[in-house]
Amino acid sequence: MKKTLNGQALSLSALVPLEFSAFSAAIIKEVDSGKRVCAYFGSPSAEKGSVDVFAVLADDSRNQLIVGRSTITGDSFPSITPRCPQVHLFEREIAEQFGLKAIGHPWFKPVRYARSWTGKDAWDRPQGEPIVPGVGDFYRVEGEQVHEVGVGPVHAGVIEPGHFRFQCYGEEVYHLEIALGYQHRGIEESLIGGPTARTLHYMETLSGDSTVGHATAYAQLVEALSRTQVPARAQWIRGVALELERLANHIGDLGALSGDVGFLPTASFCGRIRGEILNMTALLCGSRFGRAMVRPGGTGFDADAARVEALLRRLAINERDARNAINLLWDNQSVMARFEDTGPLTRDQAIELGVVGPAARATGLARDVRYAQPAGIFRFAQIPVSTHDSGDVFARAYVRWLEIQRSFAFIREQLCCIPSGPVLAPMKPLAADSLVVSLTEGWRGEICHVGITDERGAFSRYKVVDPSFHNWMALARVLRNQGISDFPICNKSFNLSYCGHDL
Amino acid sequence: MYKEILTRLQQGHRTMKFPRGNPPALPDRLRGLPRVSSEKCAGTCRDCAAACPTGAIDPESKAIDMGKCLFCVDCAEACASGAIEFTGDYRLAVSRREDLVVRDGQKEIELARALDRKMKRIFGRSLKFRVVSAGGCGACEADVNVLNTIGWDLGRFGISYVASPRHADGIIVTGPVSKNMLLGLQKTWDAVPEPKIAIAIGSCAISGGPFAGSEAVAGGLDSVIPVDLYIPGCPPHPLTILDGLLRLMGKIEEKRAK
Repeated sequence: MKKTLNGQALSLSALVPLEFSAFSAAIIKEVDSGKRVCAYFGSPSAEKGSVDVFAVLADDSRNQLIVGRSTITGDSFPSITPRCPQVHLFEREIAEQFGLKAIGHPWFKPVRYARSWTGKDAWDRPQGEPIVPGVGDFYRVEGEQVHEVGVGPVHAGVIEPGHFRFQCYGEEVYHLEIALGYQHRGIEESLIGGPTARTLHYMETLSGDSTVGHATAYAQLVEALSRTQVPARAQWIRGVALELERLANHIGDLGALSGDVGFLPTASFCGRIRGEILNMTALLCGSRFGRAMVRPGGTGFDADAARVEALLRRLAINERDARNAINLLWDNQSVMARFEDTGPLTRDQAIELGVVGPAARATGLARDVRYAQPAGIFRFAQIPVSTHDSGDVFARAYVRWLEIQRSFAFIREQLCCIPSGPVLAPMKPLAADSLVVSLTEGWRGEICHVGITDERGAFSRYKVVDPSFHNWMALARVLRNQGISDFPICNKSFNLSYCGHDL
Repeated sequence: MYKEILTRLQQGHRTMKFPRGNPPALPDRLRGLPRVSSEKCAGTCRDCAAACPTGAIDPESKAIDMGKCLFCVDCAEACASGAIEFTGDYRLAVSRREDLVVRDGQKEIELARALDRKMKRIFGRSLKFRVVSAGGCGACEADVNVLNTIGWDLGRFGISYVASPRHADGIIVTGPVSKNMLLGLQKTWDAVPEPKIAIAIGSCAISGGPFAGSEAVAGGLDSVIPVDLYIPGCPPHPLTILDGLLRLMGKIEEKRAK
C-alpha cells in the first residue's frame, strides 16, 4: 500500500502489487483502524486471464490517501464484504465488469445489468440472451399479511428511473431493496483509451447536476498527470462555480423536501431561488449547469469586474430570499413533525456503509473533502464543516441549510479577492504508466476519480465513483421500520443520482 | 401563519410576462443558435470538425447539426478565423429532424409548426405529458422541471406533467435512450392513449449526444418512436423548451424563416 495525496501522480512502478489475500487483509485492517474506501475497482490486465485491482482508501485524520494494488487470477475472488460492508457494491461492480465471481458475497447481484468487458459472466448468463434490468432475486420477507410493493423504473414525477421493492407489513417497511442500472450509458468503457474530444463531455454529463464537481475532479486529475500548473485565478473561479452548484442543489432540495410534506410556501420560493442560482452560473459561463466552465488547465471563461459585481449583487438578493424562505421550515411544527425522527441513520451505520456528503455529516461525521483532502482553492480558503447529530431527515435538511449559509459567505469572500492573471494554462501530454486519485466535494458528497495511464499516456482505466454509489444503500437502510409514506421525504433527503451510479 | 403571509409578501409576485411580454433576460454568454460564416472560412483546415465531440459539423457543406451539437464552444475555439459563433437566439425547437441542420450563412431556422387543426382542437388548451428519462444526466430533466416553478408557471398554458402515461397526451423524453430503459420507454409510450405526441429534449434524446455509438444506448428517440418536436441543447435553456412547447400548441407563431 502506498501513500499519496489528492491530485498527486504516482508512478505505477512505485505501486508494488500485493498478493490478493494480503491486499484484502490490508483493506480490512485499514478500514478497522478508521480509514474508508473511496474506490475499489478492477482494471484490464496485460496478462491474459487476470484482472488488476486497485483500492483507494482515505485517511481523513492524516489528510492523505492510501492506494493498494493486486491481481485476481482465475474466475473468482474471495469477498471481504462480510468483514468490510462498505466494499459490497464495489465487489459486485468488479464481478459485473470483469465476469468474476465474488465468493462469499452475502448479496451477490449485478449492479447495472450490463455485459462484462471480458466476455466472461459472473452469473453464467448465456451470451445471446438479453440481460433485463431489475429481473432476478430480491430479498423477501415471508409471513401472513406481509406484502410487497414494487415501484419503477418509470415512476411519478420528473425523476430518473430506478426500481424500488418494499417488503411491508401494513404501512411499515421491513425492508427496501433498490435495483438500478436503467441509466447505464457505458461511460467507463468509453473512457478507456482517452482523453479524446468527448472525454470532458462525459465528465460533464456523468451526473448533470454535478457538472462542475465531476469536471473539476477530471481536470485536477489530468493536470496532475501532465504537471500543469493551474493559474490561481482559475482555481478561484472553479471554487465559486462549485459552491454555486452546491447552493442551487441544496436550495432545490430543501424546496423539494418542503413540497413532499405539503408545505408549499418554501417549496415555491426555493424552486425559484434555485433557478436564480443556476442563472448566476450561467452568467459566468452561459450554461445554467456549468457546461464548458471547467477545462483541463483552468476555466473556459473569465470573470471580468462587471461580472463579479453583478454576481455579488445577485448573491446578496438570493441569500436574503433563501434565508427568508428556508427559515419558515424550522418554525413550522407540521414540517418539523414530519422531518424529525424520520429515516434516521446512526453514525455507526454511516461509518460501516462508507456514507459520504451531507448524509454522513448529518450523523455527526466531519467527512468533507474540502476539509480533509483539500485541493485547488480549498488549500487556501477553508469552509467550516457543517454537521448535525440526529441523522434523520431533519438533520440532512438542516446540514444543507448550514452549508448553504457557508457557501454564500465563501462565494462572497472569494469574489472580493480573485487573484489576477490568466484563467487557462496550456496542457501538456499525460505522463505514461501513472495513477492519480482526484477528489472533490460535490454537493452530494465525495466525487472520486482515479485515472491510470498506459505506456502511451492514454487511459488504460478511468474509474468514477459518484457519491451516490456509496449512499444508495444508506437510503435503503433508513427505510427499515418506517412508514412507506415516508419514502418520498427519505429519498429526497438523500437526493441521490441514478445516472451517477449507473454511469 | 402570520410569518408565512409576511414571507409571501416579501418574496413577491414572480411569474414572468412571457409570451405576452418580453422574454426573461438571458445571460450574455448563452450559446443559442449557431451561425456559420463561410466567407471567413478558408475551408481547408477542418479544425472545427476535429474538435467537435459529437461529429455535429460537416466541413464539406459547412453545416452544423444542432441535433448532435452540445453547444460546448469547442469548435468556435478551434476555428482560428472565427467562422463559427453561437448567437443569443434561444429559439431552437423544430418539427422535423432535418430542420436542425444550420447551413452556411443561415440566420433563421424553420421553427416548430403548430399541431394541425384536429390535434390543436384536442390539445390546444390542455396538454399533459409523462416525462421519461432514458439515460438522461439530470440536466435536461431539471430544466424541464423548472418550468413548473412559479417564475415560469407552465400550468397557465394548460401544460402539466402527470404521474401516469394513461393520464398523458404525450411523452417528453430526455437522455440517449439507454438500452436498459428501452422496454420501460416502449411500455410507457404504448400506455399513452391515441392521438399522442412525442417530444425529444436535448442532444442525447435527439441523436445520442456524446453517447452516440455506445453499445449501451439506442441513440436518438426517433429510432424508437416517431417524434413530433425536437428541442436541441445540452441542456436547452428553459426558455427554449417553453418556446418549443408553445409553438407546438400554436401559442407563438411569429417569425418563421423561409
